[in-house]
Amino acid sequence: MSTNNEIRAYKDEYYPPVPTRMTRFWRTCIMYQIFRFFVLNYKIMKMVVKGHS
Amino acid sequence: MATVVVLGAGISGHTAAAFLKRKLGRSHEVVMVSPNSHYQWIPSNIWVGIGQMTIDQVRFRLDKVYKRWGIVYKQARAVSIHPEGDESHEKAYVSISYVSGEKQGQTEQLSYDYLVNATGPKLNFEATEGLGPKHHTVSICSYDHAAQAWKKLQESLDRMTSGFRQTFLIGTGHALATCQGAAFEYALNVAFEIRKRGLENLADIIWITNEYELGDFGMGGAFVKRGGYITPTKVFAESILSEYRIRWIKRAGVYKVEAGRVHYETLAGEYLTQDFDFAMLIPAFAGAGMTAFDKQGNDITSVLFRPNGFMTVDADYTDKPFEQWKASDWPSTYDHPIYKNIFAAGIAFAPPHAMSKPMKTANGNPLFPSPPRTGMPSGVIGKVIALNIAEKIKYNHPVYRHKASMASMAAACIVSAGYGIKHGKAATMTVSPIVQDWEKYPAWGRDIRATVGEIGLAGHWIKLFLHYMFIHKAKGYPFWYLLPE
Repeated sequence: MSTNNEIRAYKDEYYPPVPTRMTRFWRTCIMYQIFRFFVLNYKIMKMVVKGHS
Repeated sequence: MATVVVLGAGISGHTAAAFLKRKLGRSHEVVMVSPNSHYQWIPSNIWVGIGQMTIDQVRFRLDKVYKRWGIVYKQARAVSIHPEGDESHEKAYVSISYVSGEKQGQTEQLSYDYLVNATGPKLNFEATEGLGPKHHTVSICSYDHAAQAWKKLQESLDRMTSGFRQTFLIGTGHALATCQGAAFEYALNVAFEIRKRGLENLADIIWITNEYELGDFGMGGAFVKRGGYITPTKVFAESILSEYRIRWIKRAGVYKVEAGRVHYETLAGEYLTQDFDFAMLIPAFAGAGMTAFDKQGNDITSVLFRPNGFMTVDADYTDKPFEQWKASDWPSTYDHPIYKNIFAAGIAFAPPHAMSKPMKTANGNPLFPSPPRTGMPSGVIGKVIALNIAEKIKYNHPVYRHKASMASMAAACIVSAGYGIKHGKAATMTVSPIVQDWEKYPAWGRDIRATVGEIGLAGHWIKLFLHYMFIHKAKGYPFWYLLPE
């Protein structure tokens, strides 16, 4: 996210997996995200209907 | 004619009042007692805190809505509950004190047949010395706090624009605080706004939390099946913080705040400090602080409420270790075990125990997240209580048949990671059930097939869509009752 050149090796924040450029692209790719919008809404609605009293 | 009094117009109380009136109609009276003049959609307060929404986008006046619905609205604070009445009152009543208008300062005794306590939390800033908007930190727990947070954030952004480095400290302000999710969203949104302005090289952003591991969020963390692995939310939380260049301090119980400096105790028992220029720290929560009296005037506050001020309901409050916790400990109808016509909804009910494993520092001080109760379960609980009361009044049902245990209920949580129609992001997360059921799901505590975790623009759209949908519902616009909680 940052262009900061600070060396992060051996710090806590150095070790977690970070997204590749392609992963970041898909996260804001409009067409793909429109598709995911409907998929996620479907999953949430299914869970709401099944999971409530 | 029966009278149902609802205390509190938050998500749970407002939902309960709306469904009570819809089910009971004009034949019965629904009275709302709330010290607030406005309803607020709390999940969007984080956007007020970064200047992307105004106060008026997340709130609306209650009086107009209640007038339209035929609900009696009293802008007052509940002071005491008298479940047996007293020498001069045959019926149970609640004593209220008006907070505005011509009656400001006056008290009134409101008789009830059924009482719904949905007073929400008291923001217990006093539990941490120097914490809160009146002292050295800001909050996003209400819309006015969030507006103040945005004002303070702007000052820090202006200083960075002038070339000064700033340290942002965001997280929990007490060893037993909850709502890590909201603070986490705010940290990500602050980082997103700083990056948008090209100021990230002048910002040190630090996430400070009482969680044992990141991604605990007060619900013991969760596991998501994705990419061929079953991965804990710890990995997702650390990954996004790392991506957003946010450092973290975990297992930290903040106990004191001075101007520009936070004091905290770690699980290992060290007493450390962290300096800051801007700090948004969530306080501990407590009950609303009502008292209760029996017919003879004896104080029965400890019968109605737990020591933390939250109301006793149909839960198993037996003190037992984490290894013996069960899903069946959690309440499902939210009625008081003795006074069956009193209910507690949303944050007002006392959970039987935490969801995260209780821990103590090396010095013996408790350090773990309290259990969160987000908008979705709060709304469902409010609705279920309303349906049970309505059935009891209309058909004299012998039992409360509608149930909503957090140990069987699923929930969706959208964690905003940046505001913007084209470039915004949010993590969409679902868990089922909210409280781990180790007997039913021994491996992960929850149904791994029902757990979703995904970051993207779609999540932001969903959060924005839910904002407008729930305000539509809360305002009672056409077909509001068809929208889920």
